[in-house]
Amino acid sequence: MSDVVEKTLTALPSLLSLDSQPGSAKLSSTSKLGNLVRGITELTSKHEEEKLIQRELASIKEQVSSPNTSMRQMKELMVRAIYCEMLGYEASFSYIHAIKLAQQGTALEKRVGYLAVSLFLNESHELLLLLVNTVLKDLQSTNLIEVCMALTVVSQMFPKDMIPAILPLVEEKLNHQKEIIRRKAVLALYKFYLIAPNQVQHIHNKFRKALCDKDPGVMTASLHIYLQMIQENPEGYKDLTASFVTILKQVVGGKLPMDFNYHSVPAPWLQIQLLRILSALGKNDQSTSEIMYDVLDESLRRAEMNHNITYAILYECVKCIYTIHPKSDLLEKAAKCIGNFVLSPKINLKYLGLKALTYVVQQDPKLALQHQMTIIECLDHPDLIIKRETLELLFRITNAQNVTVIVEKMLDFLRVSTDDYTTIDLVGKVAELAEKYAPDNEWFIETMNTVFSVGGDMMQPDIPNSFLKLLSEGFDSVEEDRKLRLFAVDSYVSLLQGEPGKLPQRFLQVISWVLGEYSHLRAELQPSTVMRLLSKLLDTKNTSSETKTWVLMTMTKLCEGAAGVSVAQEVSEAYSSSLDTVLRQRAQELQHLSQDSELRARVVPRDAGLEPLEVDSSLSFLDGFVSEALAAGAAPYKPPHQRQEELAQAKALSLEPYGLSLPISISSCSIADRQSPTLLSMSSGLSGDSTDLSHKGGSTTLKLDGVKRVWGKEGYLAQREPVEETAQVEVPSPFRSPSQQAEADSSHSQTPTPVPTPEPTQERQQLASSLFVGLSSQSSVCLMGKSESAPQRFKRKAKSPSSSSGASEQISNSLVSAPSTVDNLLCDNLLDANISSELAVSSPTQTSRLSQSLTTANGTCDVELTNTKGSNPSLIRDISVAVAADSTPHEDPDKPKDLCLSSHLPAELSGFSHSEITPLCSNQSLDLSACHVQQKDSLVLVVFIYNSSYSDIQQILLELDSDDLEVSGVCGSPVQEVGSQSVAVCQYSLSVKRPSVHVEVGGMVSYQLPVGTPQSAQFSYRLPLTSFIRPLTLSTEEYGTMWLAFSHDTKQNLTLINAGHESLAATLNVLKKKLQLHIVEIIGLEGIVACRLLQDQPCLMHCRVHAGTLAVWLRSPVPDLPDCLMYYCQRALQEH
Amino acid sequence: MRFLLLFSRQGKLRLQKWFTPMTDREKKKVIRDMMTLVLARQPRTCNFLQWRDLKIVYKRYASLYFCTGLDDQDNELLTLEVLHRYVELLDKYFGNVCELDIIFNFEKAYFILDEFLMGGEVLETSKISVGVSMEEADTLQETMEEYMSKPAY
Repeated sequence: MSDVVEKTLTALPSLLSLDSQPGSAKLSSTSKLGNLVRGITELTSKHEEEKLIQRELASIKEQVSSPNTSMRQMKELMVRAIYCEMLGYEASFSYIHAIKLAQQGTALEKRVGYLAVSLFLNESHELLLLLVNTVLKDLQSTNLIEVCMALTVVSQMFPKDMIPAILPLVEEKLNHQKEIIRRKAVLALYKFYLIAPNQVQHIHNKFRKALCDKDPGVMTASLHIYLQMIQENPEGYKDLTASFVTILKQVVGGKLPMDFNYHSVPAPWLQIQLLRILSALGKNDQSTSEIMYDVLDESLRRAEMNHNITYAILYECVKCIYTIHPKSDLLEKAAKCIGNFVLSPKINLKYLGLKALTYVVQQDPKLALQHQMTIIECLDHPDLIIKRETLELLFRITNAQNVTVIVEKMLDFLRVSTDDYTTIDLVGKVAELAEKYAPDNEWFIETMNTVFSVGGDMMQPDIPNSFLKLLSEGFDSVEEDRKLRLFAVDSYVSLLQGEPGKLPQRFLQVISWVLGEYSHLRAELQPSTVMRLLSKLLDTKNTSSETKTWVLMTMTKLCEGAAGVSVAQEVSEAYSSSLDTVLRQRAQELQHLSQDSELRARVVPRDAGLEPLEVDSSLSFLDGFVSEALAAGAAPYKPPHQRQEELAQAKALSLEPYGLSLPISISSCSIADRQSPTLLSMSSGLSGDSTDLSHKGGSTTLKLDGVKRVWGKEGYLAQREPVEETAQVEVPSPFRSPSQQAEADSSHSQTPTPVPTPEPTQERQQLASSLFVGLSSQSSVCLMGKSESAPQRFKRKAKSPSSSSGASEQISNSLVSAPSTVDNLLCDNLLDANISSELAVSSPTQTSRLSQSLTTANGTCDVELTNTKGSNPSLIRDISVAVAADSTPHEDPDKPKDLCLSSHLPAELSGFSHSEITPLCSNQSLDLSACHVQQKDSLVLVVFIYNSSYSDIQQILLELDSDDLEVSGVCGSPVQEVGSQSVAVCQYSLSVKRPSVHVEVGGMVSYQLPVGTPQSAQFSYRLPLTSFIRPLTLSTEEYGTMWLAFSHDTKQNLTLINAGHESLAATLNVLKKKLQLHIVEIIGLEGIVACRLLQDQPCLMHCRVHAGTLAVWLRSPVPDLPDCLMYYCQRALQEH
Repeated sequence: MRFLLLFSRQGKLRLQKWFTPMTDREKKKVIRDMMTLVLARQPRTCNFLQWRDLKIVYKRYASLYFCTGLDDQDNELLTLEVLHRYVELLDKYFGNVCELDIIFNFEKAYFILDEFLMGGEVLETSKISVGVSMEEADTLQETMEEYMSKPAY
């Protein structure tokens, strides 16, 4: 290659001078781009620039559309258009010309065309489709440069749907002679894998070939794909571990050609990629980890040069060592390495050192202790980034003893931080720590106050939610609860008396809720006083209407006594004519309830936060109302989708466009369908299940995201025990005086601190002792194997069991009264309906009044309520995953030959059900038969070659081909010869390219007898599509979203198996058994079923019992699949 | 790697490369944010930043800032060296590269980048010059046949 390089380099100057845009700036004075650029730099104002560019664009536009413009000029114009776009001016008129240039230009012009396309258009741009043909052409070109360009543009941007069109050509390039083409092809396939993993699944074998490529560059490129695949499924690639280790060993040992070195480090990019792969493979796997210990050790040892690139390798190495199964001496070395990073004067290394510490500190808190002085220094670092990273580290080592100091530091940072993302993140962390380790009530409430005021309205909504939940659910001690709530009330009242206008909306909502629930705890506080404070909020201009609703709700709870009622009347009058319907509704409620104290006591009972509320989500209390209405001649309610369907049936011709009707009907169906408990659980905004997780583990362990604690007593800790013990002695106990602590610390810390302690250092050490207190004791606890539960203050009570089956759903009463979802009108109505459902039990007259007011608030409400008439939701949850059941006939024992053939089935396939072994073709010397084996994720075609002659048959070549199927050989080298009277077995993995009812594989076998000419025979094998169908397990919600996304559908009425009122379940079970479907859920007269075609192409089925038949509706993203499946459903039911 | 931006100290964009799909609006936002973030950095501070969920690695070469956005698992130091290698390549091609070279020949800078990085991953880890040779070999119009007839190296 080197002479090519030499030649090119020497040719460069002359080439450049030929070019209209020479390679150096001083020559560019003549070019038009040069003029443009210079023109712009001479301008003084933005306005002038705009004028100039517009003029420029106008002239470009004129020239590109002129037919006389040559491609060479076009190239030049394109460059200028790119420049204008880069400056932020639109030049969309040139897009089409860019594509044209890529199509028609030669070499450099084409290249500029491709560049312009990749800069102008993004993946979804419609013009991109025009590029596909050009790319196809260039991929087939004999000019290497054109192939390279096509591969480059393909990896940059290519419409996902068009990948199949060019995939074979790119695949072909994997075998190209030039390594640069192979390398680019591999990277292009990597890109395809990222955007559409399904499409490249079948070429995994070829990736292996790329991994073994003789060119290290191609091998490096293939590692990108492997890293991705291994991270997704480490189990599948464990066998490659040894190969990766060998490669790394060779690289580290300097076995690669010199030109792979970067600053005399051998192929650093390759090394780092391999280290990442190894850590993904060795994670939680002792035996795999053991293979790599040696090479990791060597990598650590070899990387000793003082250069960024070696540090990059070291950093990756350390991360790997701490990710895989631990080994003590490696860990020691890694720890030392982290020390070098942290103590480095280079700020970048320090930053990475902190990152590494953060990564490992949960496994090895000692390490943080060792570097405590450095950490303290970093905490005061002028660079905010370093500071931020230090806080992240401190967050990981927080415990009950150091929480106040750490949270203080975090809040300090929050007050100066201007970055929203950081604020949101940090606020969440403070809230988490406060909840976990709060030392006392005052501190907790005050910290949360700061969190709410600093976090403002940007913070995650689950923070206020879980705070309120904590307050309302309470802890183990009633007295503690009371104190906490009381303190919160006091603090909020004083806040409201101050300047509440400056507080964020979320905080105001929290305040108003807490005051509504708990202000009665403070006996001397008059409810009317609180109400007046709150009404001040209503008058403030920048209070959002959502907050106003919260305030009105609170008032509803508080309006007691004459003073309170008069405030309530005032407020409700003001808002009962509000344009905001939710607000108006609340005002109405306030008005009614403030006048009727008896009803109010029932609707908003005081202190009822803990009692779960029975919610009759079937709204059975309305049955009476509905039957009355029906008796009076009202038409029975039909859900919208049913109406639509009946409408469609009534017409002879369905004129509605396909696909359009469905999204509407399904979404409205899910709204109307009150029987589904999922809706409730989704919409109750306060239930915050995700936040619960962090509280359930009530011990000292921190929430470790992403990092698994791989430490075992027998592994790393046992050998470190003596060290830990000494550390334990030295650890400052919290009972010692601060000066003693500092003393103990300075003697303990291994960082080189000067012995005569100057004043500022003293301060730092005090800070250190308060920050790192409890760290080592914590680890010694786990050393001795005790699991001491932390002195955690706010330990949640065990959650009341919530029933998820049946129609009733429990919602905590307090949650209902909090309008957590005011912005969601529907949910709000739902909650109101729940309130009225309670009332319905006792006072029907009141209810009707209330529900009437509901009706006025939202007109659709009553329609939906009637929906539940006589509903008796029986939710049959089919949890069991459908087991692979073969629908095709089993082998026939009467056929002895079959029997003996089936004994030749490869061992790894024998556990699976296989079809009958059918003869393919036979002649005097050779008998071919085949069967297919259904595995969980694949279908294997097994071909048996039986040599019935008395001589060996040689040079057997078996070729399979199919229009509908993708055929790939499974394992080993193809059979070449078969001894006499013996059987050879070939395996092929099949996947569906294009679904049809029966798919067929054609094939040809050619062979040669010892004497005579080569012979051949043709055969074909047919198999039903059902062999490729597997159950698809998903939840109802997932089903819902998928359903809407699919475009190919078909509808048909099928016969129902008559089994009384269970007929739907019986029918579906038959289908499940015969076709391997998965029944997602059966609700009443409707059932939803899911399956997938192998290689993850789903097909969804929706069935409804209607007039004695089963209305089946199939949808899938794959064309023809619904039709084929419908055929099999019909057959399965007929056969039954 | 998600993106690579080159901009001047005055906040003028010189080169942009996006390795993952993004809408034009997002791109504009990223460019604006990167410029304000990076240009506000004091000298001799850390070369790494956190922006949303991305790691930002930037480096200043003369009057130009090179700025990249990384995924969480990417290695910051390594990326710093990727930037450095890119500058080396530009240097090799232009011969003591300066900002003006990149302004006036930005398409060349793109081509070199395309040969060096593909889909956000380093394509050409080895031979500095191969990138350059491929880069300009296009004008040589070499065909497959010519390549094959050449003596092996």
